[in-house]
Amino acid sequence: MADERRTFPGGGMLKGLWVTLDTMFKTIFVPGKHLRTVNYPKVKETPVPRARGVIALDQEACTVCMLCARQCPDWCIYIEGHKEEQPPEKPGGRIKVRATLDRFDIDYALCMYCGICVEVCPFDALFWSPEYEYSEEKMGGMLHDMDRLQGWLKTVPDAPELES
Amino acid sequence: MPDVILDLFSNFWVSLVGKVLLVALMIPLIGMVIGFAEMKLSAKMQNRVGPYFAGGRWGWAQLIADGVKFFQKEDLIPTDADRPVFKTAPIWVLVGTVALFVVIPFGPGLIFRDLDVGIFYALAISSLTTIGVLVAGWSSANKYSLMGGLRAAGQMIAYELPLILAVVGSVILAGTMSMNGIVEAQIAAGYPYVIVQFVGFTIFMIAALAELTRIPFDMPIAESELVMGYLTEYSGFRFLFFFLAEFANMFSMSAIAATLFLGGYWLPGLAESQLAYLGPIILMAKVFVLVFIMIWFRWTFPRFRQDQLQSLAWKWLIPLALLNILVTATFKVLF
Repeated sequence: MADERRTFPGGGMLKGLWVTLDTMFKTIFVPGKHLRTVNYPKVKETPVPRARGVIALDQEACTVCMLCARQCPDWCIYIEGHKEEQPPEKPGGRIKVRATLDRFDIDYALCMYCGICVEVCPFDALFWSPEYEYSEEKMGGMLHDMDRLQGWLKTVPDAPELES
Repeated sequence: MPDVILDLFSNFWVSLVGKVLLVALMIPLIGMVIGFAEMKLSAKMQNRVGPYFAGGRWGWAQLIADGVKFFQKEDLIPTDADRPVFKTAPIWVLVGTVALFVVIPFGPGLIFRDLDVGIFYALAISSLTTIGVLVAGWSSANKYSLMGGLRAAGQMIAYELPLILAVVGSVILAGTMSMNGIVEAQIAAGYPYVIVQFVGFTIFMIAALAELTRIPFDMPIAESELVMGYLTEYSGFRFLFFFLAEFANMFSMSAIAATLFLGGYWLPGLAESQLAYLGPIILMAKVFVLVFIMIWFRWTFPRFRQDQLQSLAWKWLIPLALLNILVTATFKVLF
């Protein structure tokens, strides 16, 4: 094996030089085939369907249980809610109390994309979305509110088939 | 040109100011062109696009934007730093670079000053850069900087020798140390010295790469172990000075190599009258071929280890260069 590699002194260096030169000419003259990057704001790459871009929220499913906020290692989830009384289903029935979300903010300047909130959510209100364009000019802008999070919900791919 | 202007330029002080301004304009321009070439070529060698948006097409204004960015940055000086020394270190480096341009012949008669000991002057003045680097490392009050500066000093002592010894072959053949004289000797001989001095040329280019502290000889600024070596504490326009000096030095080292070994401004088959205006273009073409090879090496090879670096210089390049001198001198005497 060693004999196969050792052709003559400096042969490996020439081989290395050839690799870079070859790559350079191929990239210059046949960019369509050999370019591995794209001109981002003009051309956009499609992320893989289950890419972990941002965390999307389904407001209807959220019960303000605060499990995600408590499990978050960075404490970057801010939740506020209140209880609303709802009329009984049957006349004379018990008055129902329903928790409503007032605020559900995720500070993406703090978030480390660990996905624990998605894991712990017992009501499937949080999802990974492949969306990635949510940067802001100022750090404060990274605190995205629940309407923004709700908007990302439609980019979330459907759950895969369960394996029996 | 009208006689009035010619008379004006024959005045020593006017021509001096003119030359100084020319060099002062040339260095940033050349630095930008080479820096941009490096960005683009390295990108292509790695299947990337490279700078693309600044200035519209091809990202041609990228280096201008970078320069503006450097000027906006805060000029940080560490508390423990030796302030005056820290501040002057980039100037040493840039002076060493600027002074090299004095003896590069761009055409017959197109030389800032044709010194009798031109190549000797060039090699001597280029070690000012070493002092600048050492001083930068020393005054930063940072252990990474100090290590970088000392590595740079060790490397430059080791590689200055083969650099100078490699030049001797050409000097022996030409019988003069004047840069113009060496080119004229090559014109008279009818062939560039690289044909008979190929060993010398190779040693010169390897040693020049090491002098420029470029990969694969970038031990002084080895990012993975020394942060940024002697540049660690520099920011803003002082960093820009080092940055410019590196690229301008690439140019001047390549120009010296082109002059000594590749025939400088001369191309076989061109008359003296044509050389007068084609000379600078021919020299630039040769220089950019050499600069391309430097960039190509940088993006191909990994960094040397410190002991490999030293043993390459002391065990291989210096004996080879001495042997080259011996053989050249013998042939010169015999034939």
